Amino acid sequence: MADNEFEPNIVGFLCNWCTYTAADLAGTTRMQYPTNLRPIRTMCSGSVDPVYVIRALLSGADGVLVGGCHPGDCHYVSGNYKARRRITILKTILNTLGLEDERVWLRWISAAEGRKFADTVSKFTEELRKQGPNPVKKYWST
Amino acid sequence: MRIGIFVCHCSLNVSATIDVEQVIREVTEYPGVVYVEAYEDLCLDPALERIKKSAAEKGLEAVVMTTCSPTTHQQCLRDAMTAVGLPPDYAQVVDIRYDHETMETATRKAIDLLKATVDDLWAKAPPATFSLSPIKRALIIGGGIAGIRAALDIADGGYEVILVEKTSSIGGHMIQLSETFPTLDCPQCIETPWMVDTGQHPNIKMLAYSEVEKVSGCIGNFRVKIRRKAAYVDWDKCNGCGMCMQKCLTSVPAEFDRYINFGQRKAIYKPFAQAVPNKVVIDREHCGHFTTGLCSVCEKICPNEAIDYSQQDSFMEVEVGAIVVATGYELLPKGEIREFEEDPDIIDGLQFERILCPSGPTDGVILRPSDGKVAKEVVFISCVGSRDPEHGLPYCSRVCCMYSVKMAMLYKHAVHDGQAYIFYMDIRVTGKGYEEFVQRAVEENGVLYLRGRVSKVFRDGDKIKVWGVDTLTGKRVEISCDLVVLATAMIPSPGAKELASKLGIATDEYGFMAEIHPKLRPLESAVPGIYLAGTATGPKDIPDAVAQASGAASKVLALFSKDELILEKVAAS
Repeated sequence: MADNEFEPNIVGFLCNWCTYTAADLAGTTRMQYPTNLRPIRTMCSGSVDPVYVIRALLSGADGVLVGGCHPGDCHYVSGNYKARRRITILKTILNTLGLEDERVWLRWISAAEGRKFADTVSKFTEELRKQGPNPVKKYWST
Repeated sequence: MRIGIFVCHCSLNVSATIDVEQVIREVTEYPGVVYVEAYEDLCLDPALERIKKSAAEKGLEAVVMTTCSPTTHQQCLRDAMTAVGLPPDYAQVVDIRYDHETMETATRKAIDLLKATVDDLWAKAPPATFSLSPIKRALIIGGGIAGIRAALDIADGGYEVILVEKTSSIGGHMIQLSETFPTLDCPQCIETPWMVDTGQHPNIKMLAYSEVEKVSGCIGNFRVKIRRKAAYVDWDKCNGCGMCMQKCLTSVPAEFDRYINFGQRKAIYKPFAQAVPNKVVIDREHCGHFTTGLCSVCEKICPNEAIDYSQQDSFMEVEVGAIVVATGYELLPKGEIREFEEDPDIIDGLQFERILCPSGPTDGVILRPSDGKVAKEVVFISCVGSRDPEHGLPYCSRVCCMYSVKMAMLYKHAVHDGQAYIFYMDIRVTGKGYEEFVQRAVEENGVLYLRGRVSKVFRDGDKIKVWGVDTLTGKRVEISCDLVVLATAMIPSPGAKELASKLGIATDEYGFMAEIHPKLRPLESAVPGIYLAGTATGPKDIPDAVAQASGAASKVLALFSKDELILEKVAAS
């Protein structure tokens, strides 16, 4: 596939209470955004083990979006703070592995922010198109 | 595993963006899939019946339905599957209701999601549920009109209720009002009987001057730690006689009278005469015993030896099966709106209610707080902070139109030769008898409506000057008046946000308690077993707050009518 036709694969770990609901809202209100994201509903951004993110990248994802509630609004009080710490540490590890840390996005998108969800997916897709395919993919893809 | 897939057209919501036929073609051959069917509207009853029938006929072990959101549809599908003996975890909903640039990519995404869900079903652990018998006792947080109504309804249903109120008396903001629209009943007449009922009810345990400290557990089985604040008075001994209040040497502005100049209370006080429970508390910040260490007048005078300066906050733990949050509202502080100077004669709605109130600090005589003269011209300004996304809050506070006109009418009843002006943006009165009430105020009482905003309010010698505009005549208006009453926006009660995080429920962008579905489930928080009532969820008037309270109570009663709850162990999917 030529570079200008590259379409990134994005895996989204979306929190049930905020970002997944925002994705629902974007869908029901017919906001258009790219199809590149494959959402996975998790109960909380804090329940996203960094291993899931790494596994997604090793299995061929070009980017991973982790979506949670805004700081202070976590349904489980502090799950999103845990996600924030974990993703920060994960990014340093990705850098040492030679993977651009910009392939992993952590975003706070509340249940009311359907527009923000659609915009985030559009922007992430656009950024990944510029970055090109995940370099790890060619070693691991089956 | 034998998996059945049911694809919904959702009228055109799905079939206009996704090629349903292609989806069906591609998943038919997928490992595990033994049956695929498309349906026009899967959420309808006949469709669920058909899924049940197919599940039985084809011997399905798991069912995947592709429609809109699992938050709205998963439960119906799971209930239907449980009815035919399938474990609820083996009924999955895939959300394919989205809009993308091309049908081709959108269809690809739908197929991917569907296949992923099928794979996931293979890997799923056996479903887990557990049962518990609910503790049939409810906790109500907040003793305003909504909390009182909810407590009475649940208690009348035969269950125990614990009512927690942070001030020393129940009654809430309603008991501060002079009279209520549109019937002009005074709350002292209509609310106090309910307050007394609450205090006397054998099923209600009232914990005034207390706050919720910590909450754990789940529906049917919450554990709540309650802080009982030190009143420095032994309430078991206090009989509310009030002798201490007469003799106390320290006077301070009363919060119940919203700190207007006329309203004073002692350092040992009841917020108002009809307080329930009829007990006094000591305000440690102002009490001479605590500030100087020299005074102990109340201790000497109390015939029941109820004063206990050494009292400390105490804690108690209760177990309840359901919680109703009725924490109410506060008014936006005037200082946040810059058009208005800080001036004793520029007051907010609740302050004017206290001046209007026949049992209030002025005995219902309309006096200016600055010099105690009768106010002859009063300007009411609506939407102060409300409907003002630039400087205040974007939402409408819903009650201001009605309470402004009510106060203007009551003002005219008290000062016959006075004049009342109301600056308004729109008159939004939608309740029963409300429009007629506005007409009556204009026709019978000569209340003058001016459609326009106010740009500046400032002191001009003896008077307050109001600069505004009348957009119906297109002219600038300048009014010299004695008193300005601001209909400031309703905001969440202070501490609502902290309470929400203790309960694990969400708040909306303004800090009001968030409903799980604002339209169809307005009384439920996102946490099962925690219900919402009254202005905790947003501005509303008394009839709406009372209706919500009874609604929340009926939710609690429905929960308590079950002897066993089957709950799912929730896992990520």
